[in-house]
Amino acid sequence: MSEVIATNQTILVVGGGISGLTAALEAAECGKQVILVEKNPSVGGRVSQLYKYFPKLCMPSCGLEINLRRLKANKNLRLLTMTEVTHVEGDTGNYTVTLKTTPRYVNENCTACGECAKVVETEFASEYNYGLGKRKGAYLNHPMAHPQRYILDARIIGTPDADKAKAACKYDAIELDMQPAETQLTVGAIIWATGWKPYDAAKIQPYGYDRYPNVITSVEFERMADPFGPTGGKLLRPGDGKEAKNVAFIQCAGSRDVNHLAHCSRICCMATLKQTTYLREKYADDFKSTVYYIDIRAIDRIDDFYQRVQADTNITFTKSKVANITQDKDGNPVLHGVDTEGYHRYSNPHDLCVLAVGMEPSVPKDGFPMSIKLNPEGFVEQDPANGGFFAAGCSSDALDVNRAVQSATASALRAIQVVNKVAGMEG
Amino acid sequence: MSNYNNEMVEKFRGNFLKEVEANVEEGDWVKMCMQCGVCSGSCPLGPHWEHPPQEIFMLIRANKREEVLNSSSMWMCTSCYNCIARCPRGLPITHIMHGLATYAKRLGLAPKQQATAKFAQLFWDNLVKTGRVNELKLGLSLYFMNGIGEGIKTSLKMKDIGLGMLKTKRMSPMEMLGGHGCKDAKGLHAILKKAKEIEEAKIGIHGA
Repeated sequence: MSEVIATNQTILVVGGGISGLTAALEAAECGKQVILVEKNPSVGGRVSQLYKYFPKLCMPSCGLEINLRRLKANKNLRLLTMTEVTHVEGDTGNYTVTLKTTPRYVNENCTACGECAKVVETEFASEYNYGLGKRKGAYLNHPMAHPQRYILDARIIGTPDADKAKAACKYDAIELDMQPAETQLTVGAIIWATGWKPYDAAKIQPYGYDRYPNVITSVEFERMADPFGPTGGKLLRPGDGKEAKNVAFIQCAGSRDVNHLAHCSRICCMATLKQTTYLREKYADDFKSTVYYIDIRAIDRIDDFYQRVQADTNITFTKSKVANITQDKDGNPVLHGVDTEGYHRYSNPHDLCVLAVGMEPSVPKDGFPMSIKLNPEGFVEQDPANGGFFAAGCSSDALDVNRAVQSATASALRAIQVVNKVAGMEG
Repeated sequence: MSNYNNEMVEKFRGNFLKEVEANVEEGDWVKMCMQCGVCSGSCPLGPHWEHPPQEIFMLIRANKREEVLNSSSMWMCTSCYNCIARCPRGLPITHIMHGLATYAKRLGLAPKQQATAKFAQLFWDNLVKTGRVNELKLGLSLYFMNGIGEGIKTSLKMKDIGLGMLKTKRMSPMEMLGGHGCKDAKGLHAILKKAKEIEEAKIGIHGA
């Protein structure tokens, strides 16, 4: 890794998802020196894994492209991928940060021609597609990945596959002896844009996510709907590859539940409403969908969207938290419960059941490399005790993209105030 | 109707939720229910209840005092704890059901012909006599719970099991004459009397 220069007037942004990108760009475009670290091989985070945004149903790739262009054009911003923060010391305006970079085994010579991926045979479950489908041991996360550089999976290093990849590369970009690197930096403020992860659906025992192949999560459904996804945009049941035309959505799968996540994850209602529109998009009128909910929380201007979905006669709303799921002989998930509007007991078979899983912070409560004030759910508090630490996006709360970006801009402004103070003191 | 019932109607006039919170074990949880329906859907006896738990909670909040207390629903609970395990708000639903049943019984409003309630009473009466359950008498009183005709029929049906138990010394016919008891039955009666006094003072039964 080449030399990274940073001073106590530098802002460190941890995490290169939509919030981290926004915070880093806003600060850099204000003329501040910014270092953006991302633990994955490319930036974009979970937004790059979405098919469409709600409520406008436009493609996230559009906004992402604009941000990538801003990123490439900005001289104040330095991006470090495959890098994590392992240690933080010091105080507001003067932090010493230790970064650890894991080897990518591919250097800057890479042109993303893809020859290495062609010769490598070993395949692994695709992280980008939440384990649906496979990817090669030499890969590019997705077509829009930035930086446009391939990566070799550490698990193929030392196997004949790695040598094949090296031999196939025409640009001398593959370095099989690349080592992990540790760097120490001084920074003035740190923005934690560490994001969220989907709640582990297997923990919701009665829903049988770990037992029934045709019970999937909303993030997996999102990948399926994407034309660049593992099924080429077809909504296929993982169990038998049959097209899913009768789809159940279960809301609050893991959220608002003292046994799982106590908080409301806020996005799942709108995500489900959005995903019901994918069914109409794919099948025109030839589909059925049922949304099982406790209450639909589509607030403010997105209520219009809810009303539009409600008007679709192929979509039914059942006010009920599903009690449990079984599977019939055709592999259909059968949902059991009581419809609280009239207390009707139901046992409904569906082709596919989508669990609208909740958001939990990516970093577990004891996972930060220094002490930081968190709320009981593990999100970073906005608290004076946190000094020069600020949270952007979903590390601060369960937020949709819109609110995450607002939160990121706010955190950039707070971090700028810290480094401005440092600059003022130093004259 | 007992005096106690009239007193409670008077005291909580028109606010059954408050009454439940004050007098029913774990009753202060009722307001936490968010009507998601997972308890009703999870109850293995759900289809046989007049009102599943979540409906009971709604009835309490809707002030349907008689409908709740006269109901046989909470007597149907078998304490499988499915509802408690799944309740997203952590309500101790099983305990509330038993609390409501106990309260209805105390008020004299529990359904008279409800089998669980009848059995519970038989069991209690049997137990407190000597401090030990007399299984022979309990079994017979259970057979004859619904009258002589049914009692004789059930006894004949269970005859072989009874004889088998006699033969293997799992049951003694001598139990019919008083039966075994604990060391100090008188002491036990005194304890129970005192416990009853304390409990009644706590919930404010005066000369019930």
